[in-house]
Amino acid sequence: MITFDDVVKVYPGGSTAVDHVSLELPTGKMTVLVGPSGCGKTTSLRMINRMISPTSGRVLIDGKDIAGQDEALLRRGIGYVIQSAGLFPHRTVLDNVATVPVLLGKTRREARTAALSLLERVGLSAEFAKRYPAQLSGGQQQRVGVARALAADPPIMLMDEPFSAVDPVVREGLHREFLRLQQDLGKTIAMVTHDIDEAIKLGDVVAIFRQGGKLAQVGTPQELLTAPADEFVAEFVGRDRGIRSLSFDSAAALPVADLPGTLALDEAGRPTGWLMESGQVLPTGGTFTAADSLRLVTDLAISSPVGIAVRVNEEGKADGVVRHHDLADYLAARRAS
Amino acid sequence: MNLDYLFDGAHWDFASGSIPQLIVSHLWYVLLALALGTVIALPVGLYIGHTGRGSFIAINAGNAGRSLPTLGLLMLMVTLLGLGLLPVLIALTVLVIPPILTSAYAGLRTLDPGVVDAARGVGMRPMQVLFRVELPMALPVLMSGFRSAALQVVATATVAAAVGLGGLGRLLIDGLAVNDYSRVLAGAIVVAVLAVLLDLVLAFAQRWIVSPGLRASK
Repeated sequence: MITFDDVVKVYPGGSTAVDHVSLELPTGKMTVLVGPSGCGKTTSLRMINRMISPTSGRVLIDGKDIAGQDEALLRRGIGYVIQSAGLFPHRTVLDNVATVPVLLGKTRREARTAALSLLERVGLSAEFAKRYPAQLSGGQQQRVGVARALAADPPIMLMDEPFSAVDPVVREGLHREFLRLQQDLGKTIAMVTHDIDEAIKLGDVVAIFRQGGKLAQVGTPQELLTAPADEFVAEFVGRDRGIRSLSFDSAAALPVADLPGTLALDEAGRPTGWLMESGQVLPTGGTFTAADSLRLVTDLAISSPVGIAVRVNEEGKADGVVRHHDLADYLAARRAS
Repeated sequence: MNLDYLFDGAHWDFASGSIPQLIVSHLWYVLLALALGTVIALPVGLYIGHTGRGSFIAINAGNAGRSLPTLGLLMLMVTLLGLGLLPVLIALTVLVIPPILTSAYAGLRTLDPGVVDAARGVGMRPMQVLFRVELPMALPVLMSGFRSAALQVVATATVAAAVGLGGLGRLLIDGLAVNDYSRVLAGAIVVAVLAVLLDLVLAFAQRWIVSPGLRASK
């Protein structure tokens, strides 16, 4: 666990970057620090590995004040990923990844062997090992940056806008892979972003900062969407927060009705479309399973030509439907409870 | 004026005052001055570039050094220290320092700050940041400063002859003294060829020591 205990950072010249922040980043979880520019989120992140020292207050890792620890040793135990990837251009991809193990005293050979398997882990084939950073795309560089941070298997990772320098399509892919990786690894992660959607998508815990280095609210993404602490948070998480909060609710408890006769099925019982009075068959536009989110169900019900979302089981067989007025009743009842 | 002196085989036998012997002594002054200048200027330039402290020294020393006339400085040194290798070496070293100092400083200052931040962030100590990241990345700029220092000192080392030492300046000064312009021309040509060859050697060395990763980005 990483603990900020009443941390203040005032820069020479008097500007306050971080103003009495107390915050806990739980072990094994991803905490996202988010806020507008100049809100102190990056300063806070950089205080965790002592790239910046607090003016007052303490930062503790597992209860130990880091202020007394050797800077370089502390940093070797904390993975560090930055926006531009910050790869060493004069070193090959493999040697970039091997950096921290070599600093920790591993032989170059051992470190390279381990680095090679890590490259695979972040989705880069072995052919990239001998290349130089300048020969990679932005997304590939960022993967190498993540591999370098993971190389010494640190329990903690700091990520400063790691995905903001890549285009939206690549970013989407990196998000997915990163979530999968984190599911395996269970690192304690602190990530900074200015993108609230990214924060909500990736974070187990989201800490929203406001201008002047103050913490506005800390909570799970769902808490922030459903119960913003004030106007600033409500504004910051965005106007469609109601719809987005549905992403966190499973459709498992949603009651389904029997299949109506107008739903066309193939021999295996898979839905093929809606039979219209005109005799036309219109596509269903998609189906959901019990594991999907309420947001998907809502979207399907709204976009369906007949206002009905179709549920399927694992084999793809239709096993129930949700009409959009039933969905509305369900959401209203859920809201009331 | 003609090339007789240059192509006279007798002047190429390795004997005292022969062209090969003058080349060797000339190169000797050049290498000494480059080595001494590098030993002095490189650490100072790296320190200033790494810490950002005292950058005015790097800039002003560079400019002041460039504007000092080497021959005048040499005469001053001879007056103070007497004849010998030392005054020549001092005068040439003063010439070598500015380009090396400035390029070391500029090489480090112009690095991508994100890379240096990452180097610190992964747990390199300051000297590791300097020698494992900053210096290798600054090598292309540093080498261009070193090459320009080498070219200047090859041309200027001819002043050694003005205070009684050897080197290719002998051909120029002795030739002028006896109105033997063929000898002067030989001296000028050999100095020029030597400068080009030295630069080629250094260009080759640069290819060898600079990481291909830095070339790929250019």
